[in-house]
Amino acid sequence: MSLLEVDNVSIRYGDNTVVDDVSFSIDRGESVGLVGESGSGKSQTALSILGLLSRQARFSGRIRFDDVELDKATEEQLNRVRARRIGMVFQDPMQALNPYLRVGRQLRAVLRCHELATAAECDARVMEMLERVGLPDAQRQFRAYPHQLSGGMRQRVMLASALIAGPDLLIADEPTTALDVTVQAQILELLEEIRDDTALLLITHDLGIVAGHCERMLVLESGRLVESGPTTAVFAAPQHAHTRALLAAVPRIDRVDIPPPATGQSILGVDGASVSYRERGKQRLQAVKGVNMSLRCGETIAVVGESGSGKSSLVRAMLGLVPMESGRVVYAGTPLEGPVERRAREHRRDLQLVFQDPASALNPQMRVRNIVSEPLLVHEPGLSARARLKRVNAALEQVGLADEYLLRYPHELSGGQAQRVAIARALILGPKVLFCDEAVAALDVSVRQQVLDLLQRVQADTGLSIIFISHDLAVVRSISHRVLVLYMGRLLEVADNAALFSHPRHPYTSALIDAVPVPDPVVAPKKAPLRGEVPSLLNPPPGCVFHPRCEHAREVCSATLPPMRDIAGTRVACHRADEIDLSR
Amino acid sequence: MSVLGYSTVRISGGILVAIAIIALVGPWMSPHDYASTDFDNLLLPPTLSGGHPFGSDSLGRDLFVRTMMGVRVTLLVAIVASIVSLVIGVAYGAVAGFVGGRTDAAMMRMVDTLYALPFIFFVILLLVAFERNFLLIFVAIGAVNWLDMARIVRGQTLSLREREFVEAARLTGVSTPRIIVRHIAPNLIGIVIVYLTLTIPQAILVESFLSYLGLGVQEPQTSLGALVNDGVNHMEGASWALLIPAGLLAVILMSFNFLGDGLRDFFDSRHTS
Amino acid sequence: MLRYTLLRILGAIPTLLLVIAIAFMMVHAAPGGPFDDDRALPPAIEENIKRYYHLDEPLPKQFLRYLSGLVRGDLGPSYVHVDYTVNELIADAFPRSLKIGALAMALALLAGLGAGTLAALRHDSWLDRVVMAISMTGISIPVFVFAPILVLLFAVKLNWLPAGWTSSSGVSRYLLPVVTLALPQIAYIARLTRASMIDVLQRDFIRTARAQGLGTMNVVWLHALKPAMLPVLSYMGPAIAAILTGSIVVEQIFGIGGLGHFFVNGALNRDYTVVLGIVVFYAALIVFLNLVVDILYGAIDPRVRYR
Repeated sequence: MSLLEVDNVSIRYGDNTVVDDVSFSIDRGESVGLVGESGSGKSQTALSILGLLSRQARFSGRIRFDDVELDKATEEQLNRVRARRIGMVFQDPMQALNPYLRVGRQLRAVLRCHELATAAECDARVMEMLERVGLPDAQRQFRAYPHQLSGGMRQRVMLASALIAGPDLLIADEPTTALDVTVQAQILELLEEIRDDTALLLITHDLGIVAGHCERMLVLESGRLVESGPTTAVFAAPQHAHTRALLAAVPRIDRVDIPPPATGQSILGVDGASVSYRERGKQRLQAVKGVNMSLRCGETIAVVGESGSGKSSLVRAMLGLVPMESGRVVYAGTPLEGPVERRAREHRRDLQLVFQDPASALNPQMRVRNIVSEPLLVHEPGLSARARLKRVNAALEQVGLADEYLLRYPHELSGGQAQRVAIARALILGPKVLFCDEAVAALDVSVRQQVLDLLQRVQADTGLSIIFISHDLAVVRSISHRVLVLYMGRLLEVADNAALFSHPRHPYTSALIDAVPVPDPVVAPKKAPLRGEVPSLLNPPPGCVFHPRCEHAREVCSATLPPMRDIAGTRVACHRADEIDLSR
Repeated sequence: MSVLGYSTVRISGGILVAIAIIALVGPWMSPHDYASTDFDNLLLPPTLSGGHPFGSDSLGRDLFVRTMMGVRVTLLVAIVASIVSLVIGVAYGAVAGFVGGRTDAAMMRMVDTLYALPFIFFVILLLVAFERNFLLIFVAIGAVNWLDMARIVRGQTLSLREREFVEAARLTGVSTPRIIVRHIAPNLIGIVIVYLTLTIPQAILVESFLSYLGLGVQEPQTSLGALVNDGVNHMEGASWALLIPAGLLAVILMSFNFLGDGLRDFFDSRHTS
Repeated sequence: MLRYTLLRILGAIPTLLLVIAIAFMMVHAAPGGPFDDDRALPPAIEENIKRYYHLDEPLPKQFLRYLSGLVRGDLGPSYVHVDYTVNELIADAFPRSLKIGALAMALALLAGLGAGTLAALRHDSWLDRVVMAISMTGISIPVFVFAPILVLLFAVKLNWLPAGWTSSSGVSRYLLPVVTLALPQIAYIARLTRASMIDVLQRDFIRTARAQGLGTMNVVWLHALKPAMLPVLSYMGPAIAAILTGSIVVEQIFGIGGLGHFFVNGALNRDYTVVLGIVVFYAALIVFLNLVVDILYGAIDPRVRYR
């Protein structure tokens, strides 16, 4: 008999069916991946297992866990199953842990409520669990509040709280989505290592994670289970069209068609850019330090880094949205100085930005037509209303939106449509350089691919140059000509796309590439993930900022800042770049 | 859904409009006026036929006309309060929020300080020290009234200023005045209207409280607070003299509160799918 | 935490000074002194009185004198109750006001938090609607309307409770004043609690706690109550001010010789030192209680403390 059996489960909110007749089962000790895009009903399915749906939800179907009929269970019966038999890990540990309670108390509450330990034993048990999930200095973290921990540490605590009562099944709902890619790799490895014979239901949108960590997988599409089977079989021969589409949409970091290097003239250059912010008190937070780059006509440069790498600050400083501490920006031979308000009109026309979150980037009180036409009012005030409308229509057409969207408000658009509107606004003046700040990070894979295709098409048509900020190396691999790797505000490596991924010169670049989950279950197992997390920017390590996490570090690395040097066309800032071979 | 689709808005708004119309037209239709005494008809109970629908007071003055005069004062206070919190509160809050930084910190520190004062005590001090004066009451109401609005508007402006659509507008070269008019202001209107409706009852309370203590409007002028005070003195024999102005005051306050709640629901539901 | 507390205390001092200065200026800028009554005093006597009370000195000097008195805890003599100092008057009247005010505050917190939490837990049920309807009524009816109506009903018509303070003794005489004073605050706190509890109960960490099988009682008690109380805590400052204001009316209607009563009488009799003394005393009280609220806020929300 299987451990968990989900039979004909449907969940409705009013007339809206979010989960439609889903059935599956999980055996003891088995790991199962539940995959789908946003709105596919994967989280709702998971919540229904533990009876955690909101009161508006209407549930039908049967859920049996071992010998308990969960769908018919009373709240008390459910409470005996929760934590003790089924543990759950949620997506964002910042939100999912109580910010007002010390970490130790939150874990102790689980033991005490289930009467699994006497008050005297509790603390020792909690401490032991915190050590098992790899929390350094567990004694101190026991008394810490969640906000005092780093993202990765918080997720370790979350994992500890889900496993402390020794459950038979662990449900993990997007457990690494809010984390940086190197930390994601650590948490996934920990998950494997620590769960022993606990069964795992792993909910994710990332096919790479499923490929690496699940024996079986289930694919949901708008509430319906469209495919299930052993992971290797599904990847080898997907049966359903949606699974095939999903697999096709994921850029494969290991085998993707990369664009050929661009050969245009330099259009935009940055020299020694530094940005710092004033923190409370007199401390200065050095977000960007001494970054150089140069962008060619028709080229796409990707700026890659984890959170705190300074990639957004760099771009914002170039555009004059935040002040630059030192350094110069040169556009088409003229220096750009001061805040954006004081820059020449044509420069503001030529440099445009697309934001990560289209919901925040579009004024909720304006219709699409007014949003897209606003730049025209500023830069081409002489235009007649009819001519303006024509231009707006053309811009919308360019991004693949019909004129039926003209009168809509942003909240009436889907995420992908809203991002297209934002791109149309950025393109309507015919800019020369487009900055994209995580412009596809908030989008589902299928929509993401369409937006990436759109950008590449516009580039081919108009010779647009693009600076593409991203944390996602697979996306970067598929779209960019050259790549800049930033870490703690420092430029560590600049290389052509092909060279960077086959012959990374910096150990950090190499670790980043290794950390990306490859959506293929048969690819050889990964190397050990990078240890540690990004240190505080208020207190950067001396010498090479990466040395505390670097397995190749020597004494010199902690003593002196490595200079930027040229090795076979790649610029790299590492003392040992010529000694170590990281190529793959 | 339009704002009138909300039953709370429709009903409370309707009640307020009806009360306002009666208060404006009523005294003019009545044969009595608010000041003339009639010692043959003291403390009459309400009757429709006797020409005193709300009865008469201890000086034989018609309570309907006097109550309506009181309502007029209350509504005048509501209008003054709105103007004060709109002009001072919105401007102060918007400047603090838009400029930000130290200016914002200093401006908000001042609001916090003012907030912590026992205002009514100061107002009473002021009213006693100086001539009792209708204008002073409005000054007093104004002094308290804009604080809430300033806080709310400042918070909203601060968060709007950081929103990416404002950055996008700066980037394309949209001028600062245009950013304020096109991007900041339209996103403030909802919350301003809601808090306008919710600060009005506070102002009405202050005025009626002062009038109740005899520090507000002076005889033979009257206001709902003064009428309640008068009613208290005769409540054992003539409970209507207390219950009618008290009830009317409560209905007006409740309508404004419900109106604010309904408007908040309306603006919350808009622009979220 | 200690640093945070010290910073808060330091921050409160200028506020207090400002309040004292404003109140002092207001009183002394007023046209007409306490002694220009209808019956004019002979100039020599008036001179004497003024000298006795140091009213002949320049204003800044008077202010400094007043401040130095304050530091020693001396609020000066009463001009009207000739044999009393302001300290004595406050010492006599404040305990009565304090008892009623504190009881009202306690009642408001208990009933408000309870009703609000209950309504939030049964969100959208009939119970929720009833609590909300009652509290909407509560915030819409001023104290000076409530008090006489309750007296009319319970003392005059039903004769269950005493109407006045002095006409009886024992617990029953507290009932009406405390309830009237507390009612609007109960209503307001219930609304605040409900709104913030509904918000907190939707937060992710509550879902985590539920997923851990802690049970509703534990979830609310251990996880939800603290954050849900934060807005209520912020409201404590205005609530205290509202109760002090309300006490003026309540003490008048029930004939309680408390501070509010002395304040109104002092104001009407132009007994400036008393009026000034009470304003300063209340301002200090409010500033002090706001300080306590601030520190409590820091104790509950660790993110504020470490900022």
